[in-house]
Amino acid sequence: MCEICVSPVAIPMDSPPQITLETTPEGACAVLRGRWTAAHLAPPGHWVPVQSALTRTQALGGACAWDLRALHRLDHTGAQLLWNSWGRHWPEHLHLLDGQRAMLERVARFSVAPPPAQRSSAWGLFLQLGAWVFSVADHGAGALRLLGQLALDLGRLLRHPLKGPWRDISGHLYRIGATAMPITALVGFLIGVVLAYLMSQQLRQFGADAFIVNILGVSLIRELGPVLAAILIAGRSGSAITAQIGVMRVTEELDAMRVMGIAKGYRLVMPRAIAMAVAMPLLTVWTTLAALLGGMLASDLAMGLTPAYFLTALPKAVQLSNLWLALSKSVVFGGLIALIGCHYGLRVLPNTQSLGQGTTASVVTSITVVILVDALFAVLFKGIGV
Amino acid sequence: MSGPAAAAAPPVVQIDKLWSVFRADGVDAVIHQDLDLTIAQGELLSLVGGSGGGKTVLLRQILGLETPARGSVTVLGRPAAELGRAGAASRVGMLFQHGALFSAFTVLENIAFPLRELGTLPAALVRDVAMVKLQMAGLDPANAHKMPADLSGGMVKRVALARALVMDPPLLLLDEPTAGLDPDASDAFCTLLRSLHRELGLTVVMVTHDLDTIYEISTRVAVVADKHVIVDAPVREVVAFGHPFVRDFFLGGRGHRAMGLLHTRPDAV
Repeated sequence: MCEICVSPVAIPMDSPPQITLETTPEGACAVLRGRWTAAHLAPPGHWVPVQSALTRTQALGGACAWDLRALHRLDHTGAQLLWNSWGRHWPEHLHLLDGQRAMLERVARFSVAPPPAQRSSAWGLFLQLGAWVFSVADHGAGALRLLGQLALDLGRLLRHPLKGPWRDISGHLYRIGATAMPITALVGFLIGVVLAYLMSQQLRQFGADAFIVNILGVSLIRELGPVLAAILIAGRSGSAITAQIGVMRVTEELDAMRVMGIAKGYRLVMPRAIAMAVAMPLLTVWTTLAALLGGMLASDLAMGLTPAYFLTALPKAVQLSNLWLALSKSVVFGGLIALIGCHYGLRVLPNTQSLGQGTTASVVTSITVVILVDALFAVLFKGIGV
Repeated sequence: MSGPAAAAAPPVVQIDKLWSVFRADGVDAVIHQDLDLTIAQGELLSLVGGSGGGKTVLLRQILGLETPARGSVTVLGRPAAELGRAGAASRVGMLFQHGALFSAFTVLENIAFPLRELGTLPAALVRDVAMVKLQMAGLDPANAHKMPADLSGGMVKRVALARALVMDPPLLLLDEPTAGLDPDASDAFCTLLRSLHRELGLTVVMVTHDLDTIYEISTRVAVVADKHVIVDAPVREVVAFGHPFVRDFFLGGRGHRAMGLLHTRPDAV
């Protein structure tokens, strides 16, 4: 090593890599100086001259001798650069030190082309399409199995209610429900304010100021409250469910549970699904109340509609069936978000990349499903409450 | 590596009166107290100590990942805190306990990453260098396009070693290099380390619990106990040191079995 790193002449620490062509009695000789290491070759100010000097010496062909003895330091990157520029065989006239020879020999021995990477072809794309179809079918089967298992587990809970995982359920209820209250209230309130301001401008043109109560009441209670809460919870708790279960897969906790004979459906999926199905309607009411409060304040400020009038007009404008529809919708949303979160969490592979993909897929899928199911409810119950 | 040149060279790592303090629940936990350690060029130093004794913290201090509460850590003539700047890979290589391979990259991309980050070297040269390092670490070229998730524990360590060495840093740090490897694989890893140490003239600092590894390859052993380095000497002298931890560690049941290596292996250090 000392032969490589200590040259006979003292050279400053940051001496750049250099090649000088010298004429000796035996002919041309390329003399290498400086530090031929990755860090010193990489700056463009060093790399460009070295590259052009190497091309010049290559043009001389085999007639050129190489002298590496004055090198300050040579590392594997520098050695590889030289070896490649020699066309991967030893030059005829080469002067070098033992350490440098050992390094170049190692580079020479190990210089092989990497195995070809997989290339995509039309046939490969066709196969990918097939694999995609199978994976969709697999997702469907997995979701169905999860749903069936949940039904069985609920039956077991009803038969032996005292042995149920109640502590898990209450923990999830707190984490999914109670801790989500500030953010859902804030978002609901702001949406209520925005909606009321926009509506008030339109309604004033027709002199129909009082109808703001009907518009806000129906839209917030029947649609926006449940959907807003569901989307927020899908982003907040659906992703958390996938990440929790996915991490348990990565750290082999799921396998540990299985070895202990603890059913993951009963202890992981069902408590989350129950907690979500209970928390979701409560959060929907909470979000709707915050949104109505925002709408009420904004209508007072923008149109001078007193809160007292708002509150007396609201029950007349909105039928009670709207509230029941909203609550039943949100129970379904909650169950679906929990099941989708668990579904993707259980499919995570034991690596971190798969964990990230699973979490993203879980959130996107649950938000899409919430909106799809909401549209389905709107079509099925179009005659009720409006 | 030995001889007048190495003796005259400045130490690779110099730790002076180091204090490492962590604050947890309002209470200061002192990990290191007035810890001194000097590591010369070309040494293969094993850091030994009880669990939670601050070996890994010491390694992280050398890497500049922790900040000294008091005292100083100088690596290659510069404060350790400056290590994390651009070009760090050419100064120090680190093999993390679990490899810390980038899971989104293939094996070859992982190894080539520090070189590719330099930005100017052509892709073909970077690929060639990474292939050489891959094979120097004892891996088959056929593994080049595998993902880290598809590798066994021993292969992950080898890929991580290849990545740590890709820019030929003068200092290599290893955290539990043989933990989780089967005896065959750890023997192979030790042989690989010893040959790399000899061929590249590296300075190696390694945290380990594995007595076989300590006896087999280290030129010096530093024992971290009671918040500082209690002894820092070749392994034969360390074994003779009369401290309860050293006695339990080296002369317990496992220690006696591994000590057999000292007597039976003619090539042991």
